[in-house]
Amino acid sequence: MSLWKKHEIFEKKSFVLLVGIVIVIAIGGLVEIVPLFYLKSTIEKVEGMRPYTPLELAGRNVYIREGCYLCHSQMIRPMRDEIERYGHFSLAAESMYDHPFQWGSKRTGPDLARVGGKYSDEWHLDHLIDPRSVVPESIMPGYPFLSAAKVEDREISAHLQANVVAGVPYTEEQISNAKLDLRAQADPEGNDVDAFLERYPNAIVRDFDGNPGEVTEMDALIAYLQMLGTLVDFSIYDDKANLR
Amino acid sequence: MIVNKSMYPLTTGFSIISKMQDKFAQLQMQLGTGVKAQTLSEMGRDLPVSLSVRSRLTTMAGYNASIEQVDLRMSFYDNALTRLDEIEGEARNSAVQGQYGSNNINMATISGLSKARLDEMVTLLNSDIAGRYLFGGSILIASAMHVVQRTCRARMPGRIAPWFVILGYNAFIVIAGTGYLLGATQSKEYAEPEWYADLWLTIVWVVYLLVFMGTLWKRKEPHIYVANWFYLAFIVTIAMLHIFNNLTIPVSVFGTKSYILWAGVQDAMVQWWYGHNAVGFFLTAGFLAIMYYFIPKRADRPVYSYRLSIVHFWALIFLYIWAGPHHLHYTALPQWASTLGATFSIMLWMPSWGGMINGLMTLSGAWDKLRTDPVLRMMVVSVAFYGMSTFEGPLMSLRSVNSLSHYTDWTIGHVHSGALGWVGYISFGALYCLIPWLWNKRQVYSLKLVNWHFWISTIGIVLYICAMWVSGIMQGLMWRAYDRLGFLEYSFIETVEAMHPFYVIRALGGALFVIGSLIMAYNLYMTVRYGEAEEAETATGEALAPAE
Repeated sequence: MSLWKKHEIFEKKSFVLLVGIVIVIAIGGLVEIVPLFYLKSTIEKVEGMRPYTPLELAGRNVYIREGCYLCHSQMIRPMRDEIERYGHFSLAAESMYDHPFQWGSKRTGPDLARVGGKYSDEWHLDHLIDPRSVVPESIMPGYPFLSAAKVEDREISAHLQANVVAGVPYTEEQISNAKLDLRAQADPEGNDVDAFLERYPNAIVRDFDGNPGEVTEMDALIAYLQMLGTLVDFSIYDDKANLR
Repeated sequence: MIVNKSMYPLTTGFSIISKMQDKFAQLQMQLGTGVKAQTLSEMGRDLPVSLSVRSRLTTMAGYNASIEQVDLRMSFYDNALTRLDEIEGEARNSAVQGQYGSNNINMATISGLSKARLDEMVTLLNSDIAGRYLFGGSILIASAMHVVQRTCRARMPGRIAPWFVILGYNAFIVIAGTGYLLGATQSKEYAEPEWYADLWLTIVWVVYLLVFMGTLWKRKEPHIYVANWFYLAFIVTIAMLHIFNNLTIPVSVFGTKSYILWAGVQDAMVQWWYGHNAVGFFLTAGFLAIMYYFIPKRADRPVYSYRLSIVHFWALIFLYIWAGPHHLHYTALPQWASTLGATFSIMLWMPSWGGMINGLMTLSGAWDKLRTDPVLRMMVVSVAFYGMSTFEGPLMSLRSVNSLSHYTDWTIGHVHSGALGWVGYISFGALYCLIPWLWNKRQVYSLKLVNWHFWISTIGIVLYICAMWVSGIMQGLMWRAYDRLGFLEYSFIETVEAMHPFYVIRALGGALFVIGSLIMAYNLYMTVRYGEAEEAETATGEALAPAE
């Protein structure tokens, strides 16, 4: 009886009730979230991981803008069928530069965490323009307008700068050359390719959409899709170094 | 002569004596306590009299309250009229020639004085009108504003602030929605609106919290009613979640694009801490508050157990916050975190059902109303859906079940049994109660249409969630199916094809639900327009009849 009586303070003092609620709801979040910022398994460094190139970042922004994550996940779980279907299970480090993360929670279409290099650029181009032309049973909408849209590159340095504030280690040089790098990656014949590859080793330089005249959103999106899940070389990955 | 027991009626004698003893004890009890009967059955013939006296006392108490309320209003009007009279006098004085130059009245001040007086008059005339027709916009804000004022017996503070919350919230919805069409999205589930919309919502939400707390401060009731605890927890927690999950760095103040502060795993955890509690506090705590006010009101019964509501309130808000990581089983999130999420999700089952039991058992003694009142039926079925969803949730949070259900339509089915069944129905029930109250109508325009709404949308929900269950479980099983030689049996696109018929059923179910809602919209419109007016309070008949 006395215990119930003691509860009256919450029922009679609105401010006490407010403070009580705040304390009670704070605990769970603190325990579950804070450790993720210092535990080794969640901030592991893995060989091969690098920030996105300006063109890939622009492509990722198209991916985000069109809401691709609503149907496509980017997180392979460590189960036999998923590993056989999509490849090595996803590592925490593989999304360390993702602001925001795009793991998704629904697979109306297949997982894309390791779609990079699985199909040709031409396949992606055809598929994005009209999915049914390459997969007759597909229910994905077409995105033909991406071929016509010039990629927005005026503010790309500011995009990199915003990422730096969020913790992505872009260098001063990468930021100041962002616009140049964005064009260089889609123009293998150009003069800036070498400088670009120096700034982003192992990046793919191709004319992704088969239209050498200009850099379109299609270029950007295919560049992003083609690098997804390809940065870590699992033949040399040491899985004991960062036990999950 | 036969000698038998009948000659010595000892048994009969004993029983007579013991009866007399009982009677004696009872008389002593009555004498000692001054109370004639301990239970209703002991009262015998006095029962009907006592009951009728009691009911009259209750009615009289009700009248007293009404009289007090009227008294309050009258004294307020009185004050207002007195002040208006004074203003008139002052205004006259200002206009008297002899006064010019004295009493601080001159050409410079006269216009200011007049204006101040005019403003005061307008304020006086408005003060009882404002706050009365605030209700619109989303059901949570609407019901929270109604319930908190009713249960605190206090007006909401501020005259512009509540309007700002309602219009501001609806403006947020427009800003967010147009953003999606133009490709402005953060691509975080339930947190799609970009930074400019988030900032706006934060401002609106803080004002919402302030007007809510302000009403609690002004309250004339000693206790804060249960529903208000839930509303408060909902408002505070949503504010916290919204702010932390939307900490972004805009690329430029003139553009819509921003980058979220968190990355990868940390972003995933913050997102689902937010996402699951958008369900837990927006769609559960807020709507439990609706349940705690509207079901007892409609059923005309007190809440079943006050203690249960205390226990399940604190348990619910404490446990819910932990449950987020069950959305991230088998991902790159550390296993300890997702295990914690699953553990707390299972514990959450109990306080969730505590709420369900408290809602359902409030009807004890009034179950017959389910047969005659489709509005109450809707709210009870809503609570039943709540019970079902909150059982399914912990089940799906188990790692083994989640390995099958995750990424499939099962999740979609689960969400919709909660969103359409629980949230939808309790909202409909609240609207069917609230609209007639606000427009002083006796009842909704047509109970028959409420019945149609109920059955059409129930069939819709059942079609919807069953289709999603089948489609989800089927797809999950197809993904992991192996043939005899040890190869994956199905390509991904084969699973997409297999889902087709279920998507058709889902669309049909959804359409039925929309049709039901349109029926409700029509019904509520007709209620406001043509509903039978509520008789004036003093005219409510029989209690005024002379005592027999």
